[in-house]
This record gives sequence, structure tokens and C-alpha cells, in this order.
Amino acid sequence: MTKLKRVLAGSLAVLMAGSALAACSKKDSGGNGDTSYKGFNEEANKKAAEAGAFKPTKAETQKQNTEGSEESKKQIRIYTWNEEFKERLRCYYPEYDKEASEFEVNEDGSQGARKVGEHEYLKDGTEIVWVTTPNTDNQYQNKLDEDLKNQADSDMKIDMFLVEADYAMKYLNGPYTMSVAEVGLTDSDTADQYEYTKVAGSDANGTLQAVSWQATPGLFAYRRDIAKDVFGTDDPEKIQAELADWDKFNAAAAKLKEAGYFMLSGYDDSYRVFSNNVTYPWVNANSEIVIDDNLLKWVDQTKEFTDKGYNNKTSLWAPEWNADQGSKGKVFGFFYSTWGIDFTLAGNAEDNKGQKDGLYGKYAVCAGPQAYFWGGTWMVASAGCDNKDKVADIMKQLTCNKDILLDITKGTQDYTNTKSGMEEYASTDFKSEFLGGQNHIALFAEAAPKIDFSKVGPYDQGLNESFQSAMKDYFTGKVDKDTAFDNFYKSAIEKYPELKKPGK
Amino acid sequence: MMVKRKSISYAKWGYIFIIPFFVVFIIFNLVPLVSTFYNSFFENYIAQGYMQIGPNWVGMDNYSTLFSPDTELSKYLGNTFVLWLLGFIPQIFFSLLFASWFTDLRLKLKTGAYKVIFYLPNVIMAAAMGMLFFTLFSPNGPINDIYMKITGAAEPIRYFDNVWTQRSVIAIINFLMWYGNTTIMLMAAINGIDTSLYESAQIDGANPTQTFWKITIPLIRPILLYVLITSLIGGLQMYDVPQIITKNGENVNRTSMTLVMYLQKHLFSKNYGMAGALSVILFIIAGVLSMLVFFFVQERDPKAKKKKGGNK
Repeated sequence: MTKLKRVLAGSLAVLMAGSALAACSKKDSGGNGDTSYKGFNEEANKKAAEAGAFKPTKAETQKQNTEGSEESKKQIRIYTWNEEFKERLRCYYPEYDKEASEFEVNEDGSQGARKVGEHEYLKDGTEIVWVTTPNTDNQYQNKLDEDLKNQADSDMKIDMFLVEADYAMKYLNGPYTMSVAEVGLTDSDTADQYEYTKVAGSDANGTLQAVSWQATPGLFAYRRDIAKDVFGTDDPEKIQAELADWDKFNAAAAKLKEAGYFMLSGYDDSYRVFSNNVTYPWVNANSEIVIDDNLLKWVDQTKEFTDKGYNNKTSLWAPEWNADQGSKGKVFGFFYSTWGIDFTLAGNAEDNKGQKDGLYGKYAVCAGPQAYFWGGTWMVASAGCDNKDKVADIMKQLTCNKDILLDITKGTQDYTNTKSGMEEYASTDFKSEFLGGQNHIALFAEAAPKIDFSKVGPYDQGLNESFQSAMKDYFTGKVDKDTAFDNFYKSAIEKYPELKKPGK
Repeated sequence: MMVKRKSISYAKWGYIFIIPFFVVFIIFNLVPLVSTFYNSFFENYIAQGYMQIGPNWVGMDNYSTLFSPDTELSKYLGNTFVLWLLGFIPQIFFSLLFASWFTDLRLKLKTGAYKVIFYLPNVIMAAAMGMLFFTLFSPNGPINDIYMKITGAAEPIRYFDNVWTQRSVIAIINFLMWYGNTTIMLMAAINGIDTSLYESAQIDGANPTQTFWKITIPLIRPILLYVLITSLIGGLQMYDVPQIITKNGENVNRTSMTLVMYLQKHLFSKNYGMAGALSVILFIIAGVLSMLVFFFVQERDPKAKKKKGGNK
């Protein structure tokens, strides 16, 4: 029995220590008690918004302690998370040695289902080494962070890595990049690129650190068959008139509901359209989180859509969201940017992947209520890159060579980063079979110059994800609005301990 | 002294043979453990994705943040306990039932194949089980397909958007993964009971219910306690299944977020300070539970000794 007593006494002591700690923490938070509030505080938020935007700084470039080995110089190591860039490089980079890489093109020239050998080479014999880590659960960034940190003392150098718009700023301002000018690209090389892709590819001092082969303006892709059924026409211009602003968009949603359809698939579908049109960035100069009015509008609209049954209650990238884009779906449309249409929607719309059946040819695009952009991939040369000239050539060919970029657009429907080229295509009879013969490039060319990248900050990815997931509980009716906002702040500060709730 | 020196001592070999264990233990267990305690007193994380903050000595600040009412640590502890209990109750019920059936003298079941089948779910990686059930119960998964076909309902049941359906799915997975393990352990315990006890009870006219409650249960009590407490410690570390089912635990107002899932939240900013403090708290809770195990396992044989020495 004595042992039991001892154990009980021990655990009691632990509990007491715990409650003592809890007590002292209460005292701490009691000090600023008058500013603590539950949920969202409009006044504090407004004050925080007016404090000015958060200004990130560019970190000092990592110093290389070890030089790359001979082996490393014969290899060009590229970090990526999916097949998109690989496909572009294999198909369109002229120095890529298709024979030595045992690369086979589909007979009809279409994407996918290609074969490639175990080792891939450039024509001068340099081996291309892909280091592919999936994007889920932040895996890609974790891997990249770890390996870039060790780059200084490693003799196997990473030459290039790819970043997405959402977290580009984290790397561009970080210590692991080599500026585009240092790699060997001049301003005149990049002159034909869209301005926003250069803003997005620059660090806090405005130095260009990354280049992209694509621009990613967004459009609203809708089903022609449902449009005919409900609005009596599938003409993109007439449908655009029905969706020209958010009030009209909501009215169209009500009409679709009556006819037994959904306007949107899920909660987050319209999020990008609102979040790209904010007045204030996510974080202010005092590291306080600012929730923009436009995001509040998204919350109210999505709540209304959910309560009234205008959406199908799915979440972005969920299997049921993908299914909604197929022929069994009852959803009118999806907000998608350039890559989304050829890379995602086209795949989901066909009942048998790659078979051109199902909804192939039954989608069309229109501008939608507001201009926005979504995603995009940038190429970054890493500090310590020991194949500078080859990286420079890849960047030059794939992002500045107008002929190659136009080939990419022809082959993949991707909207490429050449202003003059895209404008040419916009005025020709270029058409997309998947979109029923529509020239979507013309619409993208109109939307692309409207993209504003100035409100994007280093916290966007984490805060967007936290905001969407916290608000979902409010949409499904599990919590009230205040609790949802509390959960958002909580999750945001867990991710970024340096941030604060406004007024706290 | 002279006599002692003459006799050959083999004791040193014993110490030499256990050196490898202690070396491994010190390097891989003790050092990380101590450094966790050490780290928990520092502010140490990465801001904006690349900027190292700290380590700065902050004393007990991390702990006071964890115990502040805003953090709701008790909520996560409660979730962990509820999720564990929901899985453990059916687990112990079915394990006892199967163990007593399989060891029943009169039923004479051939149990080899069953043991393997019951144990199989445990062989699958927990994350894979999570993915499987996530797909099964998703709004357009087979469970909802069947449900909508039978009832003709237009809306699927959204299992992961409700507190108790979400928790139940997690509990089902945990139950399926662990009942086989428990069954085998309880069977071993029951097989260890002298069969003559059952025979004499039957001769005296005891029915199976009576032998179960009066003979089996009291005699396997130590193993039952062992199962209970190891399962409790395992439950305290529950992570992979709810993580996958609830998509990072933020679903439904964080009602299925366990302590370790909360710990994982600090990985995003590599927040060693907060993660260290939380680990220390987990260590203390697990330590108290482990001491209980130790105590109950020890209790078995010293009974005789105690009688000799008298009770204090």
C-alpha cells in the first residue's frame, strides 16, 4: 500500500504544479484584460489595417563553405513537387536529349502516358536529377528547407528549385536564392513577361529572383449544357452578363437552385476571387493579423450559399469536389486559372481519363464577377548552384523564348508568359477543343494585365488555409461566427508564433 | 578480504553485456529527453518561413502559454481521453468475449486461424487504415452510396462534419486495430488459469456466467489492468488515425484534436520551445501512468513477502 500512496502523492504533486502554472498564467493575461475580446473585433481590426503593411526583408545570401564536387557539376539537380515542369522541360526545352533519356512522345502528341528512362540527360551529357517530393502536408517545403539549409556544407549542390505563388515570398526573401541577373538573364530577356510575374518573382528589395513560364489569370469555367437549360444560352458573352458582379452572381445562383443545380461545388471555390481583391494584406507592420472586408464578404456569401443550398458542401481538392466536375456532377461552374483548366478540369470532366468523352467540349469560360489569379510556378536558381550557365539557358528558353512559349500554349493550352505572343493568339482563331472551340486565350489576355500582386505577403499560404478551415465550421453550422474567428486566430498563431491578434 | 579476492566474480560480465543497451538508451533516449526539458525553457522558432528567432531564455513562459485558458489544453486532453475510451470500451468487451469463447473447455474451438485474422488489422499501417476509412465514409464513398440507395435520401451523411460521427469513425478504427492484440493477451492470461478450478466449479453446479465472473475475471485482473494502462498510454499518444480522418484536427471546432496532434501543430514554424514544453507535460502524464503499471505488475508476487514482514 505504501507504494500506491507514494504514486498517488507523486501524481497529486504533479497536478498541483500544473494548476499553479495555470494560475500564474491567468495573472499574466489579466494584465491586458481590457483589450481581450472574443471572436472578431471590427474596431481593432480596422485600427490594425491602418497601421500599414508588413514589410519583409531580404535575408543575407547563404555563404557556401564547400564547393560542388565534379560529380555535382555534371548533374543538374532540380527540386519539384509534381510532373508539370518536368513535362514542359522534356517536351519543349531544345537541349533536352530525348534519345539518351529514352523519352517517348505519345503518337497523337497529347500529354501524359509517356515513357521516360531511368536517367535523363541534356544534349551536352549533363544528367538531370529530379528530386520530387509531394506537396501534401507541407512535405515539399520541409524537404526543401532541410536540404537548402545543408547546401552550404554539401558538395552535391541543388541547382534549381520550383516554388508556387502561395509561398514564393518565403524563399525569395530567404537566404537560399541566386538572383536572376546573377544567373545571367538580363532585363531585356524578361521584357516580354507579364509585369505581375516579375513582381511575384522579386524579393523585398525588388531584385528579380525567380522567373515563370506561365501567367495564371483566373476565369469562371461553366457547363454549357446547364447554361442552356437555365439561362437559355451557352454564349460566353451572355453568360458573363449574368455573372458580371456579385449581386448578379447571387441571383444566378438562386435561379440555378430552382432548376435543381448548384452554382458552386464547395465552400472555398470563390475564395481566391475575394482574397485576390483585398485592400489590405494579411499582416500589418506590427505583426497583427488583419482580416480584410473582402474576406468577410466571402464568409457571408459562402454562409448564404451553404444555407440556401447554392453549393454542394464540398472542399477544394476533395474527391467529391473532383467528382462534381464530371458528367454526374450538378455544379454549374468552377473558378479556375490557366493551369486549372488544362491540368485539372479537363482531367476531371472526362469520364475515362484521356478519352475525350463525358463533358469534353461541354465547358466554356467567362471572366466572372472579379478578376483574380491563382497559383503559378516559378523557377529559382539556388545559392551555390554550380551549373549556372545551364540553369540560365533553361530559364531563358522556357520563360523568355517566345517561339517555345507559343509552342507550349499550342500543345498544352497553358497560358504562357509572353505578352506579345498571347495578344497575337488572342486575336487569331486559336481555339480550345475542350472548351467547345472557344478562344480562351482572348479572355485570359484581358484578365492577365489586371492581376495585382501587391497585397501578397509571406504569410498568405498558412493564413489562407487556416481561415478556410476555421470558417468551414461556421458554414456547416457547428460553431457561431465568433468561435470560428477565435479558431482562426488560434490556428494562425500556432503556425506563426510571431503574429498577434489585433489589439492584443 | 582475502577470501573474497580468491572467488572469481562473474558480475562484471553482466555489466559488460548490458553496456550496449545503456549506450543506446543514453544516446537515443536520455539525451533527447533532457534536451526536451532544456528546450522547453527557450523561445525558439522560425518566423516567415526562414528567419530563426531565438533561442532566447524565457523561463516558464511556454508553460504558462500552454496552461492559459486560450490554449484549451484541457480540451485536447479531454478529446484524447474520449477518443481512447470510445475505442477501448468495445475493444475490451469483444476481447473478453472472444478470449473466453476461444479458451472455453467445452466449446473446444480451433482458434489458430481466428487469432491470425483478428490480429491482421494491426499489421496495416495506422495511416493506411485512416485513409481507407476516410474514403469509405466520405460523402461520395461506398457507405454513403449504400445508405442513399436504401433510404432514398438525397443528401449523404457527412460523417466528418459532426462531432460524434467523426469521433465514432476514429473509435471504430482504433477498435479494429487493437481488439485482436488484446484478445490474444487475454487468451494467454485465461490459459494460465488452472483448469481444475473450472472443473471443480462445474461439478459444484456453477454455470458459465458464474465461472466467468467468479473465476476468470478475478484471476486475470493483473493482466486486465496491464491492458488498461498500456492502452491508456498508447491512447495518450494517439495521432495518425485522427490526423488523417480530421484533416489536421481543425474539423468541427477541434473536437477530435488529440494532444499529440496539437504538438504537431508546432512543427510548422519549428517551434522547439512550445513543442518541448508540451512534450514535457505529455512525459509527466505518461510517466505517472507508467508508474501505475509498474506498481500493479509488481503487486502480483510480493503478497507472500508482505505477510511475513507484517503490514505497515
